[in-house]
Amino acid sequence: MPKILEKRPLTPITKLYKVDAPLVAKAAKPGQFVIVRVREGGERIPLTIADYDRDEGTLTIVVQEVGTTTRLLGQLEVGDEIRDLVGPLGMPLEIPVEGHIVGIGGGFGAAALLCLMRELRQRGDTTTIINGAREKDLLILNEELTEVCDNLELCTDDGSEGFHGFVTERLAQLIDGDGPGRPDMVVAIGPMPMMRAVTETTRGKDIPTLVSLDPLMIDGTGMCGGCRVTVNNEVKFACVDGPFFDAHQVDFEEAVRRNKMYVKQEAESKDRTECRKLAVGQV
Amino acid sequence: MPVKRVDKTPMPERDAALRSHDFEEVNEGYGIAHAQFEAERCLRCQDPVCIEGCPVRVPIPDFVHRVASGDMRGAAEVLRASNPLPAVCGRVCPQEVQCEEQCSVGIRFKPVAIGYLERFVADWEMAQPPVDVTVKLDRAEKVAIIGSGPAGLVCAGELARLGYPVTIFEALHAPGGVLRYGIPEFRLPKDVLDWEIDQLRKLGVEIVCNVIIGKTITMDQLMGEMGFSAVFIGTGAGLPSFMGIPGENLNGVYSANEFLTRVNLMHANDFPNADTPVMVGKRVAVIGAGNTAMDTVRTALRVGAEKGMIVYRRSDKEMTARVEEHHHAIEEGVEFHWLTNPIEVLGDEDGWVTGLKCIRMELGEPDASGRARPVPIEGSEFVMPVDNVVLSIGNKPNPLLLQTTKGLESNKWGCLVVHDNSSETSREHVFAGGDAVTGAATVILAAGAGKTAAQEIHEDLRA
Repeated sequence: MPKILEKRPLTPITKLYKVDAPLVAKAAKPGQFVIVRVREGGERIPLTIADYDRDEGTLTIVVQEVGTTTRLLGQLEVGDEIRDLVGPLGMPLEIPVEGHIVGIGGGFGAAALLCLMRELRQRGDTTTIINGAREKDLLILNEELTEVCDNLELCTDDGSEGFHGFVTERLAQLIDGDGPGRPDMVVAIGPMPMMRAVTETTRGKDIPTLVSLDPLMIDGTGMCGGCRVTVNNEVKFACVDGPFFDAHQVDFEEAVRRNKMYVKQEAESKDRTECRKLAVGQV
Repeated sequence: MPVKRVDKTPMPERDAALRSHDFEEVNEGYGIAHAQFEAERCLRCQDPVCIEGCPVRVPIPDFVHRVASGDMRGAAEVLRASNPLPAVCGRVCPQEVQCEEQCSVGIRFKPVAIGYLERFVADWEMAQPPVDVTVKLDRAEKVAIIGSGPAGLVCAGELARLGYPVTIFEALHAPGGVLRYGIPEFRLPKDVLDWEIDQLRKLGVEIVCNVIIGKTITMDQLMGEMGFSAVFIGTGAGLPSFMGIPGENLNGVYSANEFLTRVNLMHANDFPNADTPVMVGKRVAVIGAGNTAMDTVRTALRVGAEKGMIVYRRSDKEMTARVEEHHHAIEEGVEFHWLTNPIEVLGDEDGWVTGLKCIRMELGEPDASGRARPVPIEGSEFVMPVDNVVLSIGNKPNPLLLQTTKGLESNKWGCLVVHDNSSETSREHVFAGGDAVTGAATVILAAGAGKTAAQEIHEDLRA
């Protein structure tokens, strides 16, 4: 079982883990994900691989505590083991365009840009990261992101750091030639509304755009079909065909709806986990 | 002497009204008295044709005679020597089209209940104090098995008995493949599966979960730096087919794989004690009429559906489910809509399933499969109000391994190509068997393929 080697809180609900997983680290490529399960009877959830170190044999994942499993994960400490971790899953991200590549990270999605932008920069592309959050304290990994790209653009909704506004507003300025200039390609990773807004910002502007979809999954190997999404009017399995898709072809409405299928059960499960934690000090 | 009795000794079953609300096993199994009573019916034929009907060639009369004479230990040894998964096969094999179809008693009477007897012997063995089954794994060549379904488990067991160190790699967090995620508890209790897998571990077989060959480790790594001399691919057929009709992505539509995996592997029936939910409304329509469809509709009843329906475009004559499963489903109150073809899933404004639009069919001329072709009756469309639709219309082999492995030939259905009737793939020292080669079939055919492949691997490594 993969042992946690490092744990770092990034925001009150976001934590970074470095775990010992040499086989996965060796095989991982930017854009892929792992599936974890944290206890007997636990669910399987996909988590994007934020970074990896092949020599060290470590994998970096960033977790936002929103549901039962992510909260239980958030309680694990250095030295603890993650019960099940399998990967790398999904297709590695292929970036065909060379030139100015803009990676957009919303909330904890920015973490997934680490290994991707480093690789693109090493390849010789000009790389820009737009990292956005509601407020200054929720912007994560600024230092690490600076190191892996040529230009780091920060945005906050309340203006407490960097550009005052949404990442899409800053993106529109870049498209118009401001700052590091017009992107040749955009890759967006973050909450669905943000990815959808980015998609609309680049639509019709002749800028290829990729988004990372995170539908519900069980096995992550194509066996259940729960993660099906519609792209260019074709049904795709995000776990084996994705998770990255041509943003302008994605049926976002369907993807958003399918992600909300278990909202009631998710809330019930989370409340129960919280109650048990309060009652017995453990789960 | 054989005793002439027309009918099989009936299998004790739990009452349908009770069992259709829980996950305890439907068939309770023979006691010793039932078993000996039934075993007496075997004619002890000079030329036991029943063995011809068995994909793993269990010496059926031999073990049945031992049961009749009370030598249960002997029966267990005979059985296990030829079939490493008797407790599983005794429960899920379609005996009526295999050994029991061939049985000579069956010419005039009902055939000997070979399946029930196999299960009895395996269950008897499970109840005994453990015996030492360890073998010396002293051969130099290591063998890797990809996938821990029936093909992989049987292949691993056979190779270990031949003295090879064997490692099984499993993608999921628990071993068993379709026996774990597909077949429900009420048909194959998971403690029975765990016991069978434990027997393999006791033989010295190593099982590594959470590793996907082709993703975590490549085939080249496996056969290169990791030092495996031969590989058996038993990755099954686990890629669900959809119909391609409108509304298939509405909330409340599942593949049978997803529906069954949520319950069997993730224990959604125990939500919220287990963390994975399953969404089951009052009326559940399952499309298809194979064993998986029967498992799915009966599971739906057990997780709270008030009405479970099978919707099938052909008639009951063309149904591929086992007679026993069909019979159990009828007893449990499942509704059957034969000659009914779904053409659209209907939903409400929030995207939840509300109905299944179907068209009635009639049978025409035989098609490529030899079965009567169903033809739509014009103007017969109607809407069936439902809360869930589960598609159980088949599976294709999983492409993950093929995507990253050079030199492995596959056909247009994604099935691995093997040399004429052997298990050899197009890549040297790589063998394959089970659903990954044949497309979706049965547990026992996969087990048989695993057994044959083990022999071929042995010959290959000795050559």
